[in-house]
Amino acid sequence: MYKYDNYDQKMVDTRVEEFRDQVERRIAGKITEQQFTPLRLKNGLYLQLHAYMLRVAIPYGTLNGEQMRMLAHIARKYDRDYGHFTTRQNIQYNWIKLEEAPDLLADLASVEMHAIQTSGNCIRNISSDQFAGAAADEVVDPRPYAELLRQWSSFHPEFNYLPRKFKFAVIASDEDRAAMRLHDIGIQIVKDGWDKVGARFYAGGGMGRTPMIAPLIRDFVPIEELISYSEAILRVYNRYGRRDNKYKARIKILVHEMGAEKFIEEVEAEFAHLQGQNIDAPAAELDRIIAHFDDPAYETGLSNDIDRSDPDFAVWLDQNVDAHKQPGYAIATISLKPLGGIPGDASSAQIDIMADLAEQYSFDECRVTHSQNIVLPHVRKADLYALWQRLDEAGLASPNLDLISDIIACPGLDYCSLANARSIPLAQKIAKRFADIDRQKELGELKLKISGCINACGHHHAGHIGILGVDRKGTENYQLLLGGSGAQDVSLAKITGPGFTEDGIVDAIETVTDVYVAARQDGERFVDTYRRLGMDPFKEALYG
Amino acid sequence: MKILTGNELKTGDVVWWTGYNWSRHVSDAIEVGENVDQIIAREIAARTVNDCYTIDAERTESGILPEHIKEKIRATGPTVRPDLKIAPPDPAAGNWVI
Repeated sequence: MYKYDNYDQKMVDTRVEEFRDQVERRIAGKITEQQFTPLRLKNGLYLQLHAYMLRVAIPYGTLNGEQMRMLAHIARKYDRDYGHFTTRQNIQYNWIKLEEAPDLLADLASVEMHAIQTSGNCIRNISSDQFAGAAADEVVDPRPYAELLRQWSSFHPEFNYLPRKFKFAVIASDEDRAAMRLHDIGIQIVKDGWDKVGARFYAGGGMGRTPMIAPLIRDFVPIEELISYSEAILRVYNRYGRRDNKYKARIKILVHEMGAEKFIEEVEAEFAHLQGQNIDAPAAELDRIIAHFDDPAYETGLSNDIDRSDPDFAVWLDQNVDAHKQPGYAIATISLKPLGGIPGDASSAQIDIMADLAEQYSFDECRVTHSQNIVLPHVRKADLYALWQRLDEAGLASPNLDLISDIIACPGLDYCSLANARSIPLAQKIAKRFADIDRQKELGELKLKISGCINACGHHHAGHIGILGVDRKGTENYQLLLGGSGAQDVSLAKITGPGFTEDGIVDAIETVTDVYVAARQDGERFVDTYRRLGMDPFKEALYG
Repeated sequence: MKILTGNELKTGDVVWWTGYNWSRHVSDAIEVGENVDQIIAREIAARTVNDCYTIDAERTESGILPEHIKEKIRATGPTVRPDLKIAPPDPAAGNWVI
């Protein structure tokens, strides 16, 4: 894992004290709310429906046990004993007091964490593949490049006031576990025919009110020019992106309106201009960062055998454990979607337990996924049963990864001031309707995603089944979407037709899964059947 | 009827104007009249709240309730965490939006 150097630590510590002064001046009346709001937002502190909400950055979703334990401490000391892991691999606290926020940030800084650039029109937390460094299918670990981008983008003076917020995702395998092409810039680290590492750039993707899949901008950028090519894209966006209309200000609108070909032309011209200006990191600096992400000290000669005699363990093993690149090891995903629970929420006690488990079983490392789960990336296969027993005791062993109850849901109207409808109660009702794990497994991989408003924090456009909450004359109403994917088969879901009530949408989910079960061919997932048949049979079943 | 609400500056807590100060319970809210702009200006200047605004509400048998679902949830807390609800005098109030 990356460790701060003195410069990193100084930057974060200085920012805490700067914010402490800003809070004191606000409370003393030396600055107005209007003056203060952009300052607190730059430090991730929002004012939400019930209180201040703090969004803490978790770069590329990677944490060690000490950091995880600090998240639990913050939940206990400054919040109401829980946190919410988000769809951008961050964590949010819903009940923060302004007067305590500086102390909270100082505690975070003590474990090399912060909330900087988790809000505002700047480059946000860089997200990545939760299996990075462990996946059998990656060409290299993508996180050193995500870390390099983090350092480049932190406090970058030129990109502190972009037309709108800006999100990167970096992966290094053909399987996309990070919804890469639904980001402002999506980067796939690849190797060319001579085994040279480079970056494949996509730009102009996103969800929100105008969902777009990012087109390919350049197939191969030599890795030593990662920063200058990123800078070229940001400069073109900063120059031409719209600032007159917030809803048309994201880079996806610019790429769409300008056309990908013209956009590429502009980027290439800017890239040529930047070459020779030495803005890329020296090779030694990149090597320094890469060294932080060396493989842990795996044991060799371990057995790949796993005792499956406990049937409950076997169900979890089949669903929540993935292949690791190292023989004798596995990747274990802890579902934060217990039956009737709140997707992504974890109590301080549960966060502490996950910290303990990361230290004991996973070389002191865990990951947050964009699906609001937690990954232990390097677990010895021989330890999986003991790990599962500990998870089971803590209510963290739901064997539902990628099944219909592994629902992504934004906080919705229960917490969010932008929301039009609640998301969480729907997730709970759907999970209860499909509670039988055998039924869920029978339905197979089915990604269900719920957003409480058109801003799409719940990724509803990328769901095999998506739900969008809307306000219909003061009443919550839910639109149903089908056919989306955030993976390598990326696609945008389409609305089925008129919306449903809260109970009606649960019935509608059952209706479309019934259509799928009746019509599927061998090996087809829900989304495959939808793509083969189209919308008509689903509409017919829903609306007659 | 209109009532006045905001968030307390130091804590962010949702508060309601009672006629002379702020309460965390919507049942303490009073109808505001034409002088509301003066109240808002004074309270923001006093830094008790970071912002405040009026909302539509109705008088019911159990007291004053916001009309819109968003303000109802603001008044009572997340519907999915009954343990975090602000206890209003009306024991059925938690069911307003369920």
